This record gives sequence, structure tokens and C-alpha cells, in this order.
Amino acid sequence: MRNKRSTEEVALGIRRRVFEHSMRNNGGYLSQACSAAEQLAFLYNEALNLGEPVLPAVPKPFAGVPSADNSDYVTGAGYNGPFEPQFDRLFIAPAHYALVAYATLIETGRMDPEGLEMFNQDGSSVEMIGAEHSPGMEVHNGTLGIGLSTGAGLAFGRKRRGDRGEVCVFMSDGEVQEGQTWEAVQAASHHGIDNLWALMDVNDQQCDGAMDSVMEVRDIAAKFRAFGAVCVEIDAHDLDAMRQAKAEPHEGQPLIVLARSSPTKGMSFLQRRFPRLHYVRFKSDEERAEMNVSIAAELGVEPVELETH
Amino acid sequence: MVEMVNRPYASAFEAYAVKNPEVLCLSADLTSSCEIDGFRDRHPDQFLSLGMAEQNMMSFAGGLGLAGYRPFLHSFGVFLYRRPYDQLIASVAYPRRKVRLMGFLPGITTPGGMTHQAIEDVAIMRSIPNMSILETGDATEVESICEAADSIDGPVYCRVLRGSIPRLFDTPIKVGEMRELATGADVLVVTSGIATEEALRARDALSDAGVSIRHLHIHTIKPFNEQALLDHIGSVGKGVVVLENHVIAGGVGSLVAEIMAENGVGKPLVRLGLNDTFAHGGSRGYLMKHYGLDAGALVRGIERVMGIETGIDEAALLSARVEAVHSAVKAEAL
Repeated sequence: MRNKRSTEEVALGIRRRVFEHSMRNNGGYLSQACSAAEQLAFLYNEALNLGEPVLPAVPKPFAGVPSADNSDYVTGAGYNGPFEPQFDRLFIAPAHYALVAYATLIETGRMDPEGLEMFNQDGSSVEMIGAEHSPGMEVHNGTLGIGLSTGAGLAFGRKRRGDRGEVCVFMSDGEVQEGQTWEAVQAASHHGIDNLWALMDVNDQQCDGAMDSVMEVRDIAAKFRAFGAVCVEIDAHDLDAMRQAKAEPHEGQPLIVLARSSPTKGMSFLQRRFPRLHYVRFKSDEERAEMNVSIAAELGVEPVELETH
Repeated sequence: MVEMVNRPYASAFEAYAVKNPEVLCLSADLTSSCEIDGFRDRHPDQFLSLGMAEQNMMSFAGGLGLAGYRPFLHSFGVFLYRRPYDQLIASVAYPRRKVRLMGFLPGITTPGGMTHQAIEDVAIMRSIPNMSILETGDATEVESICEAADSIDGPVYCRVLRGSIPRLFDTPIKVGEMRELATGADVLVVTSGIATEEALRARDALSDAGVSIRHLHIHTIKPFNEQALLDHIGSVGKGVVVLENHVIAGGVGSLVAEIMAENGVGKPLVRLGLNDTFAHGGSRGYLMKHYGLDAGALVRGIERVMGIETGIDEAALLSARVEAVHSAVKAEAL
């Protein structure tokens, strides 16, 4: 399935949609749209070979957790298409990017805009932190650092079965602070799992603030290479560089693409909030109104009509 | 004299895995310690070494499950839930992956001390939704554990014995059932794992002392046949004693207590196990005696329920199976 729109257009659409949603809902994961819009647009719009969605365009309500008694349970992976040998699989490892991921599903025609209205509503499957049953999600990744290991296991299994499709893990750079990420890379390298690749949003930000102030991770490209991956570093907002990085040969090794991003790209107003960008709330009605006008202008849309408090 | 079987897991796993190509053998650097070194050497294509990195192994296994494989994870029990607990929950338990956790060295069956002794694993696993729990108590159960575990539609944690193991039973594990080893009328004794062998050591002495024991061996801890237990409790006059190779809180004794309480069973219950304590390193016989997990402790528990003194002393109990800590039949010292 290929979208008719350019990846640039999809990326802009993601930023606009996340901006509008966050304005209306008194804040949100705005910065993640700034840093990752091109990456998620690239994955869904051109890099991944995904089939047509097999779940309804308007997500069904939460239908229970997996259990022996819940035989109808399905994950949200159906929004990425069916599980067929030729198709790729995608994990969104930083599950708090869910809002950005849902916006991407909408921008690429995999979910109706109505789906986003269910975001973080009680009883909805469109959860704030993407769960297995949330649109576009296949596994729980809310506990950071487990995504790449799961992807490596799935990729190993798919390769053993002879599937042509690859496994892609969208990651965030904060995950390199978790030891499990490195365990996963060494295992993927040791077992030659080369149908696995990761696109990492390196925005240098984490919940407490700038990563350097929380825990320095130093030269992660060198670390990934030392652990056995092929690693390419690019500008996260340069789609040609991203295309080239994806094409990097990595026979017998996993590929890690480090996409160095700006956490305020397209929403310069957020620079005033640096370095606390993880979840942006409005400090006052005045700030909200000012942000509304400023970001709307930068994204080329009308300011969001705000309800009065 | 009871038959001793050497390394039953090694041959049982190999026989089962070669017939089931979707079974994968995963190891975290304890391959010979978990008796799968021969399998590794003979079936390298079905074996994955994942190194000393259990967190990755757990999530990786979740991914293999997603790809339709049924990974058997081999390590000491402690290393399958303490360090990778988050991964166990998110990558295995929640999504109900068919991951088979083969936990060796249950309880105090290792001189490795606190870091190696899985003494609270049953309590942890019982509290995890979607998880099943099996425990082996003899060579026949070890021989049948792979097939039993692999029959479960979801994840399962197994307490597996290794090395030289007595053969107490002649039928395989039937998941969800329990073994009736005696059908007396005074006290119901409930044991699991190696505690069952201890109870058998006390059987003749108790009989000679005029105590009529009803004895259940539990190999399936979760799911559990509640009604069967209640029926057995209804068949004894005095009360219930549980002995397990585990801390008292959260294990089989707690399971029995919960069922009794919820069903208004007003009979005395004595729970024996590690009494809110860690253990240290030492031989199995020493540790069982020191921490009150042996046949003698069981007799004292039965006396409490009966309100009698049987006069049974150590000499009256059948001689303990003696096994040196560094016996040649073990895979290695630890």
C-alpha cells in the first residue's frame, strides 16, 4: 500500500494533526511530532512493505486483555496490514510516541481522523501510551528497551521460516540507557539477524530533560558498531539521507539508523520550553493562545479554535 | 530401594524437541548446567545461545513466539524471573506467548546460596495473569515435563529437577490433575517437588504410629483443581499439612489456605516451608533439615494438627537419600 502523497506532505500532516490535537487537549507529546514526523512518514509512506489494513478505520473500543477466556483478542497490528510472509512488521518501541504514530496512520489512510478523537478516552483502544491493542501496535513497548529484543526474536523466527518481510523497530535514543538494548544488539549480531533494522529518533531528549544532563550516553554510533551492528547517522529531517541510510548494506548484521533530530522542528515556539519537552502542558491560557498562533503560523494552518475556560 | 535416574531431562528434552521442529532450545550460558549440552552438540540448528543476558532472552523469546515458535528457555529458575521480570510480564505473560520457562534448581536444591535459590518463584508466578506453573517431583515427571509444558496454550514456568533423581511415579504429568499417594482419614498432607520424597520417607513411621495420612502430590500449581482439593480435605478428620520447597508466603501452602478460607473450611492448616527467610549455601540434606523442610519437620507438623506426639524420631524415618554436594552425577558443582 502506497500513499498518493509525498512523504514530506505526510510529515507536515503529522505535525499539524498532533499540534491541533495537543492544543485542544491541553497539551501532549508535541515534541515527538517535531522530531519524528519525517521518520514515521518515511516508514509508512515508503520504506515499509505493508499490506492493506485489516482492522476497521474507526478503531473498536478496548475489548479486553489477552486471556484464555478472550478468544477474540486482537492486537492493533492489523492497521499495518496482514501477517503475511512478504510484508514487513513494525514495532513502535517508544510507546509514548503513540499520538504521533496514530497521526501517521491517519495521514497514510490507515485510520480515520475520528480515531484520534478517541485518544486517551476511557474505554478506548487508542491509548495515550500505545498498548498492544492500540492502532498500529503489535506488542507492548511502554517499558522502554524491550522493543529491539522482541524485534530480534521475531526477525530470527521469520528468517528461519523463510519469510521475505523484514522487521523494523522504531526506537528512541533514551532507550540506549537501558542495558537490554545492548543485549539485543549483541544477540542480533551474534546470530546474524540481518532482516532486522531500527530507525532511532535521536532527539537527545528524555523525560527529565536533555539526555546529557540525565545520563550521558556518549558516542552511540561507535557503541552500536562495537556491539556488531551496521550503524548510519543521518539528519532526521533529510528524507534523501534517510532513503540512502535504509539502503545501506548490512548482510549478517542488524542495521541501526540514527536519525539526529530537532525536538522543536516545525514548532519553533517550543524552544522556549527547552529542555523540558517530553510532555508539553500549557503554563497559562495566555501561553496556550500565544503558542496556538505561533505554531499554527509556522505549520501553515489556522490557529485551533479553543474553547473558553 | 528406589530407582535413581541420571539426568532424565537431557534425554527427555532431546526426544521431545526433535519431534517438534517448532520447539527451539534457548540457553543463557548454563547449557550443561541445564543438561542441554548434548542437545546443543547434536542439534545445533535448533539451539540458540543467547549468552548471559536474560532480559534480552526473555523478550527475544516473546518475538520467537510471535513468529510461531515455542521456545524453551533454560536457566536456573532465579534467572528466569528475578532479573528479567519486566520482560517476563511485557513480552511473555501479557501476550500469552507459548514460552516454556524451564527453571532449574528450585528452592534449596543448590548449594549456590541466595543468588541461585529460587525460593519465591511460585509466589511470583502465581500472581502473574496468564501464567501456568508446573513442578517436577521425580524422574518420571522430569521425563514428561516437556510434553506437559508444551501442551499449555500460553506461557508456563516449570520447576525442573536435574542430576540424579528418584523415580517415585510411573505415570506422566497430566496437566491440571494431582496425584493421590495415600487415602487415609486423619490428616491431609499436600506436597510438591522434592517435598514429596520427604513425605514418603515419613510414611511408614506415621503408619506405625497409628496416623492415617491422605497424601496429595501437586505437579500442577496453576491452574489448580480446587474442588479436588476440597474433596480430599473433606475426607480427613483432623486437618491439613502442606510442605513445600519454597517460602511459605505465596506458595502451595498459601494456595491451600486461600481455598480453605474461601470455602469456609474450618479445619486446622499447618504450612511448612521457608518461614519468611532466605537460605544460605549448603547441601540439600543440610538445608532441608536446617530450615525445617524435611521429613522430620513434616512429622512435627502432623503432630501439631493431630494434637499428639507420635514419638517418631530421626531414626524411625527412612534413611535420607545421601548425595554429596559435589557428586559426580551432577552437571557441575553448582
